[in-house]
Amino acid sequence: MTLPAVSGFVSQGPRRTPGHLPGSIRKVGLWILPLSFLAIFFFLPLARILAFTLDLETLSVSNLQVALGTLGFTFFQAVLSTLLTLALGIPAAILFAHYSFPGKALLRALTAVPFMLPAVVVAAGFSALLGPRGWLNLALIRLFDLAGPPIAFTGTLGAILVAHVFYNTTIVIRLVGGALSSLDPRLGQTAACLGADTRQVWWRVVLPLLRPSLMAAVLLVFLFDFTSFGVILLLGGPSFSTLEVQIYIQALQLLDLPLAALLSLIQLLCTIGFSILYTRIASRSRIQTAPRSMAVNLRMPSSVGERLFAGPMALLLSLLFVLPLLALPLRSVSRLEADRGQRAAIGVGLTTDYYAELFVNRQGSVFYVPPVTAAANSLVYASATVALSLLMGFPAASALARPGRLERILDPILILPLGASAVTLGLGFILAFGRWLASPWMVPLAHTLVALPFVIRTLQPALATLPQRLRQAAASLGASPFRSWQVVDWPILRRATLSAAGFAFTISLGEFGATSLLSRPEYPTIPVAIYRFLSQPGGLNYGQAMAMATLLMALTTACILLIEKLRLPGAAEF
Amino acid sequence: MKLLLVFTLLLSAGCAPAPTGPLTLTVMTHDSFSVSERVVQTFEAANNASVAFIKSGDAGAALNKAVLSRSSPLADVFYGLDNTFLARALDADIFEPYQSPYLANVPAEFKLDPGYRAAPVDYGDVCVNYDKSYFASRSMAVPQSLEDLVRPEYEGLLVAENPASSSPGLAFLLATVTHFGDPGYLEFWRNLRLNGITIVDGWETAYYTNFSASSGQGPQPMVVSYATSPAAEVIFAQPPLTDAPTASITGPDACFRQIEFVGILKGSSQPALARRFVDFMLSAEFQADVPLQMFVYPVLPEVPLPEAFTRYAQVPAKPASLAPEDIAMNRDAWIRAWTDVVLH
Repeated sequence: MTLPAVSGFVSQGPRRTPGHLPGSIRKVGLWILPLSFLAIFFFLPLARILAFTLDLETLSVSNLQVALGTLGFTFFQAVLSTLLTLALGIPAAILFAHYSFPGKALLRALTAVPFMLPAVVVAAGFSALLGPRGWLNLALIRLFDLAGPPIAFTGTLGAILVAHVFYNTTIVIRLVGGALSSLDPRLGQTAACLGADTRQVWWRVVLPLLRPSLMAAVLLVFLFDFTSFGVILLLGGPSFSTLEVQIYIQALQLLDLPLAALLSLIQLLCTIGFSILYTRIASRSRIQTAPRSMAVNLRMPSSVGERLFAGPMALLLSLLFVLPLLALPLRSVSRLEADRGQRAAIGVGLTTDYYAELFVNRQGSVFYVPPVTAAANSLVYASATVALSLLMGFPAASALARPGRLERILDPILILPLGASAVTLGLGFILAFGRWLASPWMVPLAHTLVALPFVIRTLQPALATLPQRLRQAAASLGASPFRSWQVVDWPILRRATLSAAGFAFTISLGEFGATSLLSRPEYPTIPVAIYRFLSQPGGLNYGQAMAMATLLMALTTACILLIEKLRLPGAAEF
Repeated sequence: MKLLLVFTLLLSAGCAPAPTGPLTLTVMTHDSFSVSERVVQTFEAANNASVAFIKSGDAGAALNKAVLSRSSPLADVFYGLDNTFLARALDADIFEPYQSPYLANVPAEFKLDPGYRAAPVDYGDVCVNYDKSYFASRSMAVPQSLEDLVRPEYEGLLVAENPASSSPGLAFLLATVTHFGDPGYLEFWRNLRLNGITIVDGWETAYYTNFSASSGQGPQPMVVSYATSPAAEVIFAQPPLTDAPTASITGPDACFRQIEFVGILKGSSQPALARRFVDFMLSAEFQADVPLQMFVYPVLPEVPLPEAFTRYAQVPAKPASLAPEDIAMNRDAWIRAWTDVVLH
């Protein structure tokens, strides 16, 4: 297709469709499905639990002090984590968008793996690498003949930050990298011809064009860090506490539901504040460009500067993402019994026992699940989540792509499920749905709540940059609406759709919280199986947990590589 | 609104129980619950019923769900309430009283509810476990009591869980409250802190990341865990072990006894079947299944224990215990004071 090359590739300025009737009816139609979904599965349970537990008497000075102190730390670590994630994520996005190098597809897939690993598994990986008796400390002790481990990792703020970067860099890579790779390189080239230097090209051309994706990435990363729970508990330890951790402790351990409700309300209000701020900034400028093929932007690093950037960057990413992940498969095949009393003679060796044991129901338990079944359950839930979240996400993102007054109000609302307390929402589900809670549908529906903001934020920039002129041109050349959708919209949307599907899929695969609160034991997922093994002592249980985690990693890496494969052939079409 | 209808249909289709028997009994429980398939089938066959289990998170989360759904209960039976939560549950009035005839065989020390709303099913002791080879290889004496733990030679060797987020963590705190009284326990914890105790948020981290004798091979050779953990280490070992790599410190009040209860939820649609299930949980068949499924002891004293239990799990002569009402009244204050002393 040569059209984008001839027709104007930039048309700038705020784009508001005038509120004539047919348009607004279409808009309302687009909103019905996503809004009814949120009303039933988000606002209803949240309203029920808050109405049931919120109590003005909890607004005491001491409670507010607890709340504000916790809010302060929550905000502080979220800002720091987000900045660090951007500092790594943006160069990584540039690397993946602009350079091709051997092993790139695998590395890109690996950066997405942490996103779906349960926190308990990630903590095990980091402990194996950086813990007091992790590989790094042991190596340093041996090398310099030290008395104790030189690096303190677990239980520090640093551990929280590193884990957040580890989890969320993929969001920046996928959102910003996606936008970057479909950017028309001629814009920068034109600017350069007109005398702009590299920095000016970045500041004046590339960054403004990237802004919607960048803002979306910042918001999503920030909210994930802001509501962080597992990482804080498992790697930060008890001296750190976010609002979500406090809500969990107050609600489920101290059974103080009113205080938990107060904290959830504060968390929700903050989220609303962030979302409104985001909507304000993101809607300030909207630019339509015709996306270009990814191949146009890709090259091998050639100049010295490019090599100096691409080489170390790829190495850094490999170290950060591969090393902690490597610990899991390694531990799943090693007998780690070297210094355990009577077992000293056995020593360290390789074994496949843990994998074999996964297929044995040794205790005859009614809750035993064969690994294949757990994987199948996980895949079915994940596929249902993809279908549901695309079904809700497409209409919402289409409406948001051409924002009117309605959209500016609704936009911040769509992001709320990410910032709401999962613990509180889980309790709300009980009040709102009662016995329906046992329905197997509840799990993908709950996963869709988390996935939907990602799907919308991934689709919306692509839909917003869809040049109307191309569609009009197609129509004036006699194309039917379907035909013009097929030749104009779909080629451009295909990549964003697959990215969105990838997000929904991986979110569902790794989700544990909602699954454990909602799932029926008949359909356990892989994360549920991992937690079950880790809840009892014994080498076999630990080994099986590592083996299950390795299977989860392998499964997700394979799925991501498959999605990437599907993304690529489309690139040549436009 | 058509879509709403579709959703409703999908949901109701999903939650319609598979009619394998004329009656379905729903049992709400915590994530650690387990039972042999064979044992459940015995009950199902004898009562021409099917049993569905709803796992609802940890013990606190499960109880919360039961309390919140009081007006239209999600299940007929609730299992997994322990003595630290007992008084709260009884206050919330979620159980229907039922005096099972099987309770006659249960020792009086476990029957904490005189109103027969919650029936004891099993018990277990939370104790400090230690890495045998760590102490043996250094020819160090193993601590024998709570007091020993603050001695300088054990500096930095113990990891415990945060009582605000972990059930064994809370049990260990209650053991120290039993032994030293209030506020004496705070002095003890102050000393533990000075002696370099490590606190983590959950049992999984304490045992698998910090404890040196687990497969995680952590830095601390002593961990707050269960008296049955050494037996589990032997049972879940590959290759097999001839002896447990760990053991428990069982001095006076060093272990806290957790007792787990079952109750029939008010508003159950199957009260008769629910009563039969409570009877079944107190029957010899279910009780004998308890040790290897959940690594706790059956409340029926005459039930034979598996060999791993008799050989590797120790039973403390004088476990710590507190009245459920005391715990309900003071647990928040104790945890808050503990947090100030140990974490801040």
